[in-house]
Amino acid sequence: MKKLGNVLKSAYLGLVVLFMYLPIAIMIGMSFTDSRSATQWRGFSFNAYVNLFKDRDVRDALIVTLTVAVISSILATIIGTATAIGMHSMKKRSRTIVESFTQLPMVNPDLVTGISMMLLFAFIGLSSDLGYLRLIIAHTTFNIPYVIFSVLPKLRQSSDMLYEAAMDLGCSPLQALIKVVIPDIMPGIVSGLILAFTLSIDDFAVSLFTGGATKNLSMLIFSKTAKGGVNTKFCALSALMFLVVAALLLFINLRSMKQEKEAAEQNKKVMRKS
Amino acid sequence: MKRVRLSYPYVFVWMPIFIIAPMLFVLYYALFRDGHFTFEFVKQVFADTTYLGAFWNSLWIALATTAICLLIGYPVSYILSNMKKRTAALVSLLFILPMWMNMLLRTLAWKIILAKWGQLYTPGAVLIATIYDFLPFMILPIYTTLMKLDKSHIEAARDLGANGVQTFLRVVLPQSIPGIISGVTMVFVPAMSTFAISTMLGGGEVVLLGQKIEEKFLSGSPGVIGVGSTLAIVLIILVIISMIIMNKVEKNNGTEGGTLW
Repeated sequence: MKKLGNVLKSAYLGLVVLFMYLPIAIMIGMSFTDSRSATQWRGFSFNAYVNLFKDRDVRDALIVTLTVAVISSILATIIGTATAIGMHSMKKRSRTIVESFTQLPMVNPDLVTGISMMLLFAFIGLSSDLGYLRLIIAHTTFNIPYVIFSVLPKLRQSSDMLYEAAMDLGCSPLQALIKVVIPDIMPGIVSGLILAFTLSIDDFAVSLFTGGATKNLSMLIFSKTAKGGVNTKFCALSALMFLVVAALLLFINLRSMKQEKEAAEQNKKVMRKS
Repeated sequence: MKRVRLSYPYVFVWMPIFIIAPMLFVLYYALFRDGHFTFEFVKQVFADTTYLGAFWNSLWIALATTAICLLIGYPVSYILSNMKKRTAALVSLLFILPMWMNMLLRTLAWKIILAKWGQLYTPGAVLIATIYDFLPFMILPIYTTLMKLDKSHIEAARDLGANGVQTFLRVVLPQSIPGIISGVTMVFVPAMSTFAISTMLGGGEVVLLGQKIEEKFLSGSPGVIGVGSTLAIVLIILVIISMIIMNKVEKNNGTEGGTLW
């Protein structure tokens, strides 16, 4: 009876995994067809990949996506970490107010964040010729809250006494922050940075309304595939993206597994000492 | 130096300009024309049946997506949470991976499949792709809550004579409500506002609220932006309503849960 249950459970999981991956597999398969349109299989070839690499728009969009992600996630990490440290020493009421406004971009649909930023940029005269700058500002704005809320819990876990002890021992407040507080909350800062980077890379709706002529990959994919057939070079792009994402995820997971192990060992040591 | 000052650049500059002001602009453009207060756009939105139709399409697709994702996703999370820790960590990666993949590309996969099936540009096409895109966002939060669930509660229930179904309904399910709520929010809100999926797979046959908003804003004339802003306000109100409902469910569960046993 129990065995049957286990078989059923595995079968169910398998079905859902199949549902998740079959479409991706079909798309990767279609990236090897010798045809420009992904409607039917016409013999094996790498033409889709050749077309993808020759495509200037794709290359430009990739550069925009990556640079905007790097710049906006670093900016958001700096601003967000500083803000979180400041918020942590705020009085409860003002902190609650700041927290609620900060949650706005997280609960708002992307679409609403996008159009609201578009209206702001139009008002302050930041024209769509400056799409690159607009993208960086918009992405930084929706990234900051995620950094703040990754760092705040770490600050709550760490003790304020460390900061004061550092100052008693002769550190200036700035030195105390850099040498004691920041290292203590580093895991939160790093996970905020990673989250911000991935959110920026994946973003579509906010970018669509702010980027103008400056297109990131999502905007390009949308503009080329929204209407009509699908060019196989986008299948090739999916296949490559899938590979990159899978490798990254594996890397990050192995890293966090290692960290957990180290943390567990550290805990053991501390336990023994006390 | 007081540490609180570190937050001033964000609190007094970035947040007011880039978070609060933009939202006020949406409200302003919905209710003002050339500096004068007007209900013109609100009337326009409620008088035009195409907007109403788009609203209903969005609502039923978002509700259906949320319900189906919950039905498919809950058992997945439950099975995962009962696996050995290491196996579960590995298997759950399979459900995290799609979240990292560009959503437009995942939607594109369905465009290829549905075209082959001859099912492109139907409500079903939009629905299945929406479910596909958001399913991981239902599974993960529920899985995280179930994982934290104290297994001794389950054993206690069994020891006290509850059968499997009773244990699930009275012990596991109530304690997983926070996970269900965050899953439902993470699926319902983006599903309600999506426009990419329906543009790519609906082909003008299935038009959603998000598409109408997108259309108004990217067409560029000021009168049209008023209508777009009003539609956006409708969307925001709907999101707020859904959050109020979720909060109620969570609170009710918290208090009633205590008296149930």
